[in-house]
Amino acid sequence: MTPCRGLKSSILVKEPEAGKGINMGSMGRKTGEKFKNLLIFALPGCFAFFAVVIMPFLYGFYLTLTDWDGVSQVKNIIGGANYIAVFQDAQFWSSMGLTLKYVFFSVILVNLLAFILAYALTNGLKGQNFFRTGFFTPNLIGGVVLGFIWQFVFSRVLVNVGEATGWGIFSSSWLSDPGKAFWSLVVVTVWQLSGYMMLIYIAGFTTLSTDVLEAASIDGATGFQKMKSIMVPLMVPSFVICLFLTLSRAFMVYDVNLTLTGGEPYGTTRLVAMHVYEKAFTSRNYGVGQAEALFLFLIVACISGLQIYLGKRKEVEA
Amino acid sequence: MKKNQKKVGGSKRTALEGLGFAAVAILFLLYMVPFVLILFNSFKQKRDIITNPFSLYAKKGYSLTNYIEAFEKMDFIKAFGNSFLITGLSTVLVILLASMVAYYFTRSKNLFSTVMFSMMAASMIIPFQAIMIPLVSIYGARLHLLNNRFTLIFMHTGFAMSMSVFIYHGFIKSNIPISLEEAACIDGCTKTQTFFKVVFPLLKPTTTTLVILNVLAFWNDYLLPSLVLGRKQIFTLPLSTYAFYGTYSADYGVIMAALVLTVAPILILYLFLQKQIISGVIAGAVKS
Repeated sequence: MTPCRGLKSSILVKEPEAGKGINMGSMGRKTGEKFKNLLIFALPGCFAFFAVVIMPFLYGFYLTLTDWDGVSQVKNIIGGANYIAVFQDAQFWSSMGLTLKYVFFSVILVNLLAFILAYALTNGLKGQNFFRTGFFTPNLIGGVVLGFIWQFVFSRVLVNVGEATGWGIFSSSWLSDPGKAFWSLVVVTVWQLSGYMMLIYIAGFTTLSTDVLEAASIDGATGFQKMKSIMVPLMVPSFVICLFLTLSRAFMVYDVNLTLTGGEPYGTTRLVAMHVYEKAFTSRNYGVGQAEALFLFLIVACISGLQIYLGKRKEVEA
Repeated sequence: MKKNQKKVGGSKRTALEGLGFAAVAILFLLYMVPFVLILFNSFKQKRDIITNPFSLYAKKGYSLTNYIEAFEKMDFIKAFGNSFLITGLSTVLVILLASMVAYYFTRSKNLFSTVMFSMMAASMIIPFQAIMIPLVSIYGARLHLLNNRFTLIFMHTGFAMSMSVFIYHGFIKSNIPISLEEAACIDGCTKTQTFFKVVFPLLKPTTTTLVILNVLAFWNDYLLPSLVLGRKQIFTLPLSTYAFYGTYSADYGVIMAALVLTVAPILILYLFLQKQIISGVIAGAVKS
């Protein structure tokens, strides 16, 4: 009756799946032992996850049915009124539209730039490791500080450049121009995220097999043909990861939005995350805020799910 | 590798390479400009910054007065200490709990682990905005646990759990042979001993990746701490930077100094751990 009683020889176990419960379960036959393992190993971590992610998420559905203001003791159940309020909240839909526009341009520009950088920095360019390190730097810094840094750049430095050079584009601060403030947000996002995505594309480029590329060269393929017919198709997994990361990051952006433009001027840069925050915590409309957050969740889930599905279909093997 | 490949095309090829290098170098400079600007303006006086933020020359000269003022007024030591405590403890907790959970999930296939694991995987697409409002109402209005650093540590742990478990799970499944644990078991190790003495040390590459990812995320996080920590005494660095900016926004020199102080710790760390950080970030992204 050793403690290792249920041990199955690993020869019998062909794949991990077949060794069902091989260790934990087999330690002792007693269910008590199994339960103890569950308590020690799985419970603390699962509890934290459950208490912080799942429970609030579920509780959120209940919140959308109430008229809670964040302070009062009583919550009245008001049924679907909050969902109707979401559809009537024109500001929500305009910030959602703005967010979609922001996501569209950010995702394209970030990935385009990141891909080009990655391509340039995997061809044995002098000092390529130094450049990689440098381009990644903005990612190490939190959005709050990045927003402040760029606020200074846009409202002081570039205006100064405009005055000195007479370039009309910088004559007034982008941040106070309703047309340009949005683009300042895109610029900062591209600056922040492209270095990160560049690293993932670099990882993709370095796993490309040189055999295939050499074979293509021998067959007389030009650089562009190699890129189009070999590199891009083989790097679909990298594209899937990068698109997923940029999409989810861009949909949820808040810090940079808050400290760079604060939604100004005239609410022309109020992205949806900021709108939800203000709806709940500033206007004290928790139910509507949460209902809007759930819409955001649905949209993000659909778009990233679709993107991953389409990406997986395009995956090929060398 | 590619560098040594036959260089056909001679001068045309080198010219192209030179052009590529120039383009990358110019882009690199553009990327670095904001940091450089903040850095040298932080030593200048307000008037010099406003009249010419681009010039290295400053009429009133360079001085450290901005730093002294920023250091005192944003209570740098305290905010740094809070950030350090919160980031450190949260990371230790995530690493410990996530590795144990992932180990349990890979080795014990039962209803609990299957359901929990799929919940964790699915939860990764939930945006934080869809959780924050009920989070505040549960932990604030119901449990009265807000305004406490340990609540934040607990929440950081919970939020980081799914990604960390996921990455550990993949690693354990494909890299840790069961026979090793069986051997430990035959030698008389208990389950807990087997995990801490045999399995956990083998997880080191993944642990390094996750430490880096989580430290960066916790250190820089703003939204969650801003919801949980309401008192200035327990503010983290991003929170105190934000509060400080609100009060002194017109005082450019001091603001620049405060920004430099805020980013300095992480950039110094980056200087020493570039390789690990870069490979950690890649590994994290590719595995999840």
